[in-house]
Amino acid sequence: MAAPDPRGQYLADFGSLEKEFYASEPEWLRTLRATALARFQEVGFPSQKEELWRHTNVAPIAKQRFLPAVRLQTDGVSPDRVRPVRFSQFEGSELVFVNGHYAPRLSALKDLPPGVRVGSLAKMLAWDARIAEPYLGRYAKVEANPFVALNTAFLQDGAFIEVPKGAIVEHPIHVLFVSTFHPTPTVSYPRNLIVVGEGAQATVTESYVGLDEGTYFTNPVTEAVVGPAGRLDHYKLQRESEKAFHVGALQVHQDRASVVSDNSLSFGGALVRNDVKTWFAGEGAEVALYGLYATHGTQHMDSHTLIDHAAPACTSRELYKGILDGHSRAVFYGNIVVHQGAQKTNAMQTNKNLLLSKDALADSIPGLQILANDVKCKHGSTTGQLDEAAIFYLRSRGIDPQAARAMLTYAFVREVVDQVKVAAMHAVLSIQLASRLPYADVVREGL
Amino acid sequence: MALLEVRDLKASVAGKEILKGVNLTVNPGEVHAIMGPNGSGKSTLANVLAGRPAYEAIGGSVLYEGKDLLAMKPENRAREGVFLAFQYPVEIPGVGNAYFLKSALNAIRRYRNEPELDAMEFMDLVNDRVKLLGLDEAFLSRSLNDGFSGGEKKRNEIFQMAVLEPRLAILDETDSGLDIDALKVVANGVNTMRSKDRAIVVVTHYQRILNYIVPDFVHVLMDGRIVKSGGRELALELEKTGYQGFEARAAAAAP
Repeated sequence: MAAPDPRGQYLADFGSLEKEFYASEPEWLRTLRATALARFQEVGFPSQKEELWRHTNVAPIAKQRFLPAVRLQTDGVSPDRVRPVRFSQFEGSELVFVNGHYAPRLSALKDLPPGVRVGSLAKMLAWDARIAEPYLGRYAKVEANPFVALNTAFLQDGAFIEVPKGAIVEHPIHVLFVSTFHPTPTVSYPRNLIVVGEGAQATVTESYVGLDEGTYFTNPVTEAVVGPAGRLDHYKLQRESEKAFHVGALQVHQDRASVVSDNSLSFGGALVRNDVKTWFAGEGAEVALYGLYATHGTQHMDSHTLIDHAAPACTSRELYKGILDGHSRAVFYGNIVVHQGAQKTNAMQTNKNLLLSKDALADSIPGLQILANDVKCKHGSTTGQLDEAAIFYLRSRGIDPQAARAMLTYAFVREVVDQVKVAAMHAVLSIQLASRLPYADVVREGL
Repeated sequence: MALLEVRDLKASVAGKEILKGVNLTVNPGEVHAIMGPNGSGKSTLANVLAGRPAYEAIGGSVLYEGKDLLAMKPENRAREGVFLAFQYPVEIPGVGNAYFLKSALNAIRRYRNEPELDAMEFMDLVNDRVKLLGLDEAFLSRSLNDGFSGGEKKRNEIFQMAVLEPRLAILDETDSGLDIDALKVVANGVNTMRSKDRAIVVVTHYQRILNYIVPDFVHVLMDGRIVKSGGRELALELEKTGYQGFEARAAAAAP
């Protein structure tokens, strides 16, 4: 017997939310939602017959009825509950969202350079939607991914960050999404929009954290537009409940000579899919994509990246590393497309997986599509266990085998951990790693 | 009591018998050279003594300070004072030299019920030894052997030996791939370590290193057995005749 098609439920949800919340929105936004919904209604949840979803079965999400979190009360979370997952000793601004709702009480906005806007996207849309109109939904295409369509149809709130031409935001901006337990599983649709103007600079860190071990679904989308010679350092730390579902997407659009880095650090969730895509729209731009995923138990984590070299003389560096334990499964699917005419492209893509258990399974699918002839492109992938020769070398110096394993496991992830330049996030990451890596106590000093 | 007593040691690697009955006695304060051509079993002997997995002792015995060395785990051999300078030191990106060596030293000290060294005490200790091997301090913060030249790797082995202060050091072809200046630095480091309580076993193909680390005893290993033992002069003789000439004479002399 075939499972009932969940599309009808989403259509019904949309209908009632539309009356209640969307009716007063400007025409372009309502059209954006309607188009996205139509797309989702057309394609539904992806099946494993589709190449981009071959390794991830989203049936557990499709089968579950989720209550839109927009209907939840927002004031049930005390600052004490959120404090442990906030950044400590942090000098930047912090925007906190609880179950998708902006929580001004929990947020802290610091002094920012003139013209810089940081705040709730929903508030900004209510105040003057024209500011977002040129950007929202223009980069993360609903045709490309049914979950982007779903988010776009139901988008609720998230961070709006605009850094005008030449402005430099010194301290990172932290956007924290926390989810709490609710008897009925809920879905939230965080939507972030980051606009970095010509020659401007900003660092944005996104965190997704489950405060309780409940089942829920987070479906975030972030669009980032970086102007000529602008710079964006972006981080995403995913620490959802291990019963939760998280399907997210980041779409970056880079103008000439811009420099972008993204660090995607993923620990939580039962079923996780994360798409990171960047598009080079002007020449001489650079991107560095780093990823770290650590899975255990029966977690399933799927990381997809796509770098579109649509302009000449751009450079991309990509390094994704995974540590897999228990019966977990992780997927890395990387694609670099060098478009026709994108000469002098320089691209390097690496994925490495470390299997800590015989029952863990890693799929690594690196890929290059090159339609230009004067390019330097390289990709590589390795999956394996700890190097026995290295373990013996450490043991031959008196180091305990468990300590040797911990040292080598930590050494494996360090290449990515060292890329985290935001001290407060680095601290959270160290704690997260210590709780996850075997025998971490023996390498505490190294963390 | 001898420091090391190897009796009729037989060992195999991947099911192939390489050592076919090695006998060797090493006393504290002595320097022994074990010479032999490629494939004679020199490195196998060194690795069996260090406890490398896949190097399996299948007969005979090895006593270290009167204790059964072959029954000890590799880390316990190190903690008891056995050190192998690797022929091919392993590159370990992501593990800092200083962090690694401090972990090793403190693991050994814990085993011996000695207080662990803190970061300051450790740095005081290593700074001397760093200079001894002609290394600079930046070397300590680099990843273990990662991207090191052949010479740097070998110097790092001797540097580790100088910090860990073993009672029995086995140098497995430490001279291979070294130019003459690097060889002198390494030999000087080893000579500084010579003492009445410590023994050093130099495993080598070539006589050259023995010009700088002068051995008390020289043993010739052929096809898994020590076929001749003597003093320093045996190495010089080998240099003249080569292993081939020696092999022919050894075969002729055999019963």
